[in-house]
Amino acid sequence: MVWVNDIIQGVLLGGLYALFAAGLALVFGVMRLVNLAHGDFSVMAAYLALVIVGSLNVNPLYSLVFAMIVMGIFGYAIQRGLFNFAMDAGPMQAILATFGVAIIVQNLLLEGFTANSKGLDAGRIENAFIRISNQVVIGWFPLITLLVAVAVLLGLQIFLSRTRLGRAFRATADNQRAAQLMGIDNRHLYGMAMALALAMVAIGGVFIGIRTTFSPSAGPLRLIFAYEAVIIGGLGSLWGTLVGGIVLGVAQVLGDHIQQGWGILVGHLVFLAILAFRPQGLFARQAQ
Amino acid sequence: MSLLEIDHLSCGYGHFQALFDIDLRVEQGETHAVIGANGAGKSTLLRTICGLIRTDPDRVRFEGQPIGQVPAHKRVGLGISYVPEGRWVFPSLTVHENLLVGGHTRRKGIWTIDKVYELFPLLARLRNRQALGLSGGEQQALAIGRGLMANPRLLLLDEVSLGLAPVVVEKIYEAMPAIIEAGTTVLLVEQDVGQALKIADRVSCLLEGRLVLEGRPSEISQEQIVAAYFGV
Repeated sequence: MVWVNDIIQGVLLGGLYALFAAGLALVFGVMRLVNLAHGDFSVMAAYLALVIVGSLNVNPLYSLVFAMIVMGIFGYAIQRGLFNFAMDAGPMQAILATFGVAIIVQNLLLEGFTANSKGLDAGRIENAFIRISNQVVIGWFPLITLLVAVAVLLGLQIFLSRTRLGRAFRATADNQRAAQLMGIDNRHLYGMAMALALAMVAIGGVFIGIRTTFSPSAGPLRLIFAYEAVIIGGLGSLWGTLVGGIVLGVAQVLGDHIQQGWGILVGHLVFLAILAFRPQGLFARQAQ
Repeated sequence: MSLLEIDHLSCGYGHFQALFDIDLRVEQGETHAVIGANGAGKSTLLRTICGLIRTDPDRVRFEGQPIGQVPAHKRVGLGISYVPEGRWVFPSLTVHENLLVGGHTRRKGIWTIDKVYELFPLLARLRNRQALGLSGGEQQALAIGRGLMANPRLLLLDEVSLGLAPVVVEKIYEAMPAIIEAGTTVLLVEQDVGQALKIADRVSCLLEGRLVLEGRPSEISQEQIVAAYFGV
């Protein structure tokens, strides 16, 4: 039963990783941009929520909407103002630009908020749980996180398949030049993709900020988790991203169960094993 | 004023010059064919018109407006649709979704998704299939239908017959009269001279980047075309 509990905790943790991974996968899918600042943007969203909570004295869950909007606008602006130009110069220049932004974000956060760990206090919900048995306990907050992740992915899927802008996203992912010939302004579209990705990563950032603590240097590790989730699930597959997050989450919790502190290592090993034996990921789309 | 005016257009890729001092007029409502051998510069010409290649503003004018520097996505809104060589359908999207994307910046006009299905009944049968699995002819029909969804005033068709079996080419060209009757001006580029002469009101021939012959199909002799096509 202890194992069952571990697996459940891992699944719930996976929902959090899927929230990070979805935005990363969207940006890569639509514009082939490897965004190395993705993790730092999630930390930035958490600090944003912290500032709102501090100044308005509201529950961080309410600040989430504000953080999503601000991160979305920020995403559009940085894409149109910087990343689009870097992408014109070439894929390597684009990666370097995101790397530079990551460093800047980390240092600005360090400057503004010091290196001390901070946390977001969501009140009683943080400690509420459902007791299934003596050994199986499900926390409400991790459960809500997973449900939110599923809802976000579902919403993203409906957006991509049913709306005019969503179809334009997919058309651009298929063939950017052909999409231009349909009257799709790819520079605007890339801005919208980054806005959407950062609004999603804001959810992840605020949720992880409630769940644990965060500091300005937390971004790179989250970036790695998000990448691992995307690669495990398979590029181009939305639900694969969720499964990838869950596989990673379960591996980490089980790893920590075997030996405290092994979690991250076991997660990486599972990722490497998948990369070695099934490099296209578990749910890679056949077409392309 | 002609719908499309091209004046003294020269352009190329890097050190390679593809077009030399081209002058071309396309009148409202006509069907104009540009023929020429492989590498004559036909596709390059269409790409300067649709905006994939930009030029000095005044080299290309549409309805009198200089558009040489207007980006491709904005030219769709002006009424120029380009059906590219190689079709470029969106492989992961269904036939229906491809058509919907074609109407992303729709102008007002007669072409709707139902009209396109009427024009190409085979597309209606395939509407929920991914474009990836379509045959070359089906993809070509889809590419043309997708171009029509924007309700263009000027439809640019690039090598419609390329890589298709003759019967399939016939089938695709059967749709042309309906497109022309709808009032759409068509500028098409073809290696298949026979097809081009059959439907075109006027023909221009490109030879190594230069326009060497222009006229009505009825006024041009077979010998003239052969001479212009092969440069003999």
